[in-house]
Amino acid sequence: MSRAPATTIPGEELLGSGAHAEHLASRRARARARNLAGYAFIAPWLIGFFGFTLLPMMASLYLAFTDYDILTTPRWVGLENFHRMFTQDRRYLQSVSVTLFYVAIAVPLRLAFALALAMLLNTQRRGMSVYRAAYYAPSIVAGSVAVALMWRQIFGREGVVNAVLALLGVAPVSWLGHPDFAIWTLIALAVWQFGSPMLIFLAGLRQIPAEVYEAASIDGAGPWGRFFRITLPLLSPVTFFNLVMQTITGFMVFTQAFIVTGGGPMDTTLFYALYLYRRAFESFQMGYASAMAWVLLLAVALCTALLFKTSGRWVFYEAKEGR
Amino acid sequence: MTNGVVTAASARRMPTRRRAAWLRTLVYHGAVGGLGFVMLYPILWLFGSSFKGPAEVWTDVMSLIPRHFSPQNYVNGWAGFGGVTFATFYKNSLIYAIVGTVGAVMSSALVAYGFARIKFVGRGFWFTCMLLTLMLPYQVVIIPQYVLFTKLHLVNTFYPLLLPRFFGMAFFIFLIMQFIRGIPKELDEAAEIDGCSQFGIFFRIILPLIRPALITATIFSFYWTWEDFLTPLVYLNEPKLYTISVALRSFADASGATDWGAIFAMSALSLVPVFVVFVVFQRYLVQGISTTGMKG
Repeated sequence: MSRAPATTIPGEELLGSGAHAEHLASRRARARARNLAGYAFIAPWLIGFFGFTLLPMMASLYLAFTDYDILTTPRWVGLENFHRMFTQDRRYLQSVSVTLFYVAIAVPLRLAFALALAMLLNTQRRGMSVYRAAYYAPSIVAGSVAVALMWRQIFGREGVVNAVLALLGVAPVSWLGHPDFAIWTLIALAVWQFGSPMLIFLAGLRQIPAEVYEAASIDGAGPWGRFFRITLPLLSPVTFFNLVMQTITGFMVFTQAFIVTGGGPMDTTLFYALYLYRRAFESFQMGYASAMAWVLLLAVALCTALLFKTSGRWVFYEAKEGR
Repeated sequence: MTNGVVTAASARRMPTRRRAAWLRTLVYHGAVGGLGFVMLYPILWLFGSSFKGPAEVWTDVMSLIPRHFSPQNYVNGWAGFGGVTFATFYKNSLIYAIVGTVGAVMSSALVAYGFARIKFVGRGFWFTCMLLTLMLPYQVVIIPQYVLFTKLHLVNTFYPLLLPRFFGMAFFIFLIMQFIRGIPKELDEAAEIDGCSQFGIFFRIILPLIRPALITATIFSFYWTWEDFLTPLVYLNEPKLYTISVALRSFADASGATDWGAIFAMSALSLVPVFVVFVVFQRYLVQGISTTGMKG
């Protein structure tokens, strides 16, 4: 209480309370105008966020505890959907293991290819933009039905892959019909589309100053030493970002499985998103599918959190490390 | 004196060193170019096969260049199925891609300006919310959205596809924000002193300057709507409303294994706009991915 007058500057008291109040009021008015303008600009997103994201999410959470076929009213069933999922629904567990297998194999492979190609293209030679375009081109048609249909044909019984194998004297393989091979055709499709992580790696590689490599060379580091001691650590924030994004998208693969293999043979490519789609829009089990969607959401959140948690051990941020 | 010795020695060494460099370049281009060709092979093969005759599709599976150029596959394919031709599917896809993209880019630009330049109460909180939606599985919202649009009798219209795009899309908001941050603040401060309103600043100063970001967002939005499969699959159940992606799938199922030539032709045709945009705007695409570091 007694401190308050002490902090005021003597001159300010001379200004008179009227001017001071006016100053304060105008500042408050400006702040209000700023708030108003700010919310006016983000209004479209805010409305969409509530209308198309938050409320649907709440509705989905409610539906997850019900039995609902759209035509009749939702019937509350408690935890039954979740119980059924993990204890009785063998196809559900199959879809979980298929998706985890796919993510565990396809994501690291795709990132490895992306990094290898980014390093190859990170030179001052001529024609780099042409190569960059060629390697990126498959990725822009990544999710299209056209490419998925093409893939189905390439790996078909009379497709290109078998034709190449025939030249080598290998008997034709039923790639899409064999339970052991079908998922690998989808992994191959994923690896083929390493364009975006490649471009991100390339942008990251360009940030590494040449002097660092020069200094390492003078200290006697060979190409492998430079790769493991300089490139990988300095690139780790980019790698981490790629890993998180690719893992999240990996969990949601749908179109490719739907078109190329249709989940078969024997459910060996029954991806989570595909099974969810079937439950929701083919059997119209909206409650069960909502429960599945929420488990997916939690799995993605958990996986992202885990990646962030381990990142402290291997992601190197220059700013934090200091000298 | 010593100088002369050095130059004489290096002159003798020069050709071999230059030859080694030349050889390295050759090996490099051989390897990187060869691998690039393997990468592009499936796409080239698709376009090549679409011009092959019915017999050649199976006998000369691997070849990229058809022995007899035949536009017959395109004629057969264009006829479509169920009395609906591919002209309709193309038109539907264009409506979705163009209207959806205009809505998404315009609304995202507005929102991006609000987040990037105006300091309002709660900005940090809403910004975090927006970033979190980037990671949200679409499956969590599509079921309630479907229920909602069913109750509104809007299934089998374009509204469920187009409407959500007019409320800003997190990825584009983020992309445009990154770009706005690079514009010096003095510009809008000067305009503010001159009595320009926030809307005036946005339309007169920021909007012309963020053109590259808007083009990048437009390209991505075009790709994602053009290639979108799940949303049209869920909401459009009548062939006359099908977009290309859903139509291709039905077409492949309907004609089965009988007319792969026509399927190739229509698949190739569906990719033409994608590649045209890619060739014309490649620079913007690469920049967009490198600066925001996102999926493409």
